[in-house]
Amino acid sequence: MIIVGERLNGQFDDVGKAIQDRNPEVLQKLAQEQVDAGADYLDVSVGTAVASRDKPEAMAWMVEAIQEGTDAPLAIDSPVESVMRAGLEKVKNPPMINSTSAEPEQLSKYIEMAQEHDAALVALTTDQDGVPNDVAKRTELAGNIVMAAMEAGFPFDQLYIDLIALPVGAAQQQPGIMLDALQQLQGIANPPPHFIVGLSNVSQSTVKRSLINRTYLVMCMANGLDAAIADPLDEKLMDAMITAELLLNRQIYSDSFLSAYRASKRRT
Amino acid sequence: MSLTPVKKSWNHQIKEVTIGTGESAVTVGGETTLPFLHDEGDMPNPPRIALDVFDAVPDTWTEDLIEATGDEINDPVEWAQKGVEEWGVELISLNLTQHALEEDPASPEDCAKLAEEIAEATGLPMIVWGAGEEEPDRDVYPVVSQALSGQRCLLGSASEESYKTLTATCIADGHNIIGESPIDINICKQVNILVTDMGMSEDRIVVFPTNGALGYGLEYAYSILERTRLAALGGDRMMAMPIIIRAGTESQRSKEVKAKEDEFPEWGSRADRGIVWEATTATSYLQAGADIVTMNHPEAIRLIRQYIDTFMNTE
Repeated sequence: MIIVGERLNGQFDDVGKAIQDRNPEVLQKLAQEQVDAGADYLDVSVGTAVASRDKPEAMAWMVEAIQEGTDAPLAIDSPVESVMRAGLEKVKNPPMINSTSAEPEQLSKYIEMAQEHDAALVALTTDQDGVPNDVAKRTELAGNIVMAAMEAGFPFDQLYIDLIALPVGAAQQQPGIMLDALQQLQGIANPPPHFIVGLSNVSQSTVKRSLINRTYLVMCMANGLDAAIADPLDEKLMDAMITAELLLNRQIYSDSFLSAYRASKRRT
Repeated sequence: MSLTPVKKSWNHQIKEVTIGTGESAVTVGGETTLPFLHDEGDMPNPPRIALDVFDAVPDTWTEDLIEATGDEINDPVEWAQKGVEEWGVELISLNLTQHALEEDPASPEDCAKLAEEIAEATGLPMIVWGAGEEEPDRDVYPVVSQALSGQRCLLGSASEESYKTLTATCIADGHNIIGESPIDINICKQVNILVTDMGMSEDRIVVFPTNGALGYGLEYAYSILERTRLAALGGDRMMAMPIIIRAGTESQRSKEVKAKEDEFPEWGSRADRGIVWEATTATSYLQAGADIVTMNHPEAIRLIRQYIDTFMNTE
């Protein structure tokens, strides 16, 4: 399971304030904690911490500040191209681009951008009509993403299709619909692309966020999910994820399987 | 129609473990591929043959094997020296058994002295095995370990039930350790975790998954080795240790090797059976991922050296 640590996001109060104060230590500490907890990538998002015109500069500062403390690969997270490019310019290790829509023009531009930067690419199954609310439209857009990657010679092991998890509190049928789409897409290509989800979205505006997150993560994994943007500092979430890996025969059982998984993830 | 070769690449590497010091030191492991698939990844260190030497003439050996070993079998130091000089082995695998006798057992000091003498006479890196009996072994490990202190030997073996003394001893005296599991991949992983939790570095562990000979569950042990290697190359660090296999002792006690010719005339010469049984067992495990094979029969050793050379030749 590939975990993209979500905590370096300006939407969190501590991170938002650190961005405004240009305080690198807060970011470095959160970066290290997430890496130690098993994050494979660190998501970096300015969020709403600064005004739009200041976002490219804030993103560049974040990337530099985080890299002073860790060499873990970063996932540059922005819907705005100029912010994305400002982050990519500063990255040292092959990053992840988070994200493009499946809208053809943007998709081909971002695939090219990923190739330029030796980056992984998250592609959302959305287009000009927004987030699809059924299985058919999601699978159709995932098909378009796979076709575009294939035509551009973009390697599938670098491609992460995000089928979009919607809040259970707002659209209760959506989490199940996403699972159906996930299951249907398992045979889409061989070798297959990755399937990723922005996990915390599913529990937005609920009071049992951690429980909902980890339950949904396990359900998604059973249907073929192999990557998640999530909070690795949520220990119960990580325990559930590790246990699901075990039950899916992706890890070898030992009595200390939780600590063994964590030891395997520790960066050398 | 052209055929596109299917190649698998892995992102992870087996740990390299160095046994011995100085010029004769031997490094095993380091693979980024399944055995001998040089087109798919690197195999920087060839598998190694270790000569089993016993502190007394093994009472289970056939006359043929004793004869092939020669008179030196009566003196473990000479036996080991013959291994270096005539059979060209690069590791000595000393099997201590006499300290576990019920009557008149050897003292830990006797064992240590023998190990030291062999190390000095051969100049080769040493693997030292206990008798596999918890109590006598527990007394012997610290004394032998200390006598060989700093020589970066490989001592074994640590099991899930009994690993603390040996692990602490190996850490204190700078040795590598063998983690043993009873053909059980889950316990193999657990032993590695237990040993590393005590502070043993991951690149100081060699795993002994235990093995049978051809005809004695070889397929099962083979599949365990294969699965261990696949998990390690896939990123499971607690499985990414080099593997040691006892090809000689297991083969030489099989019925097919020991049965007399008049019992099974259709099986042919017993002297030949002893060679092919051991060699076939060893080649199977080398193909499954063994990094060290301990062996007995000089002729089987010669065949396996040839086999390794052939499979390591990438030209």
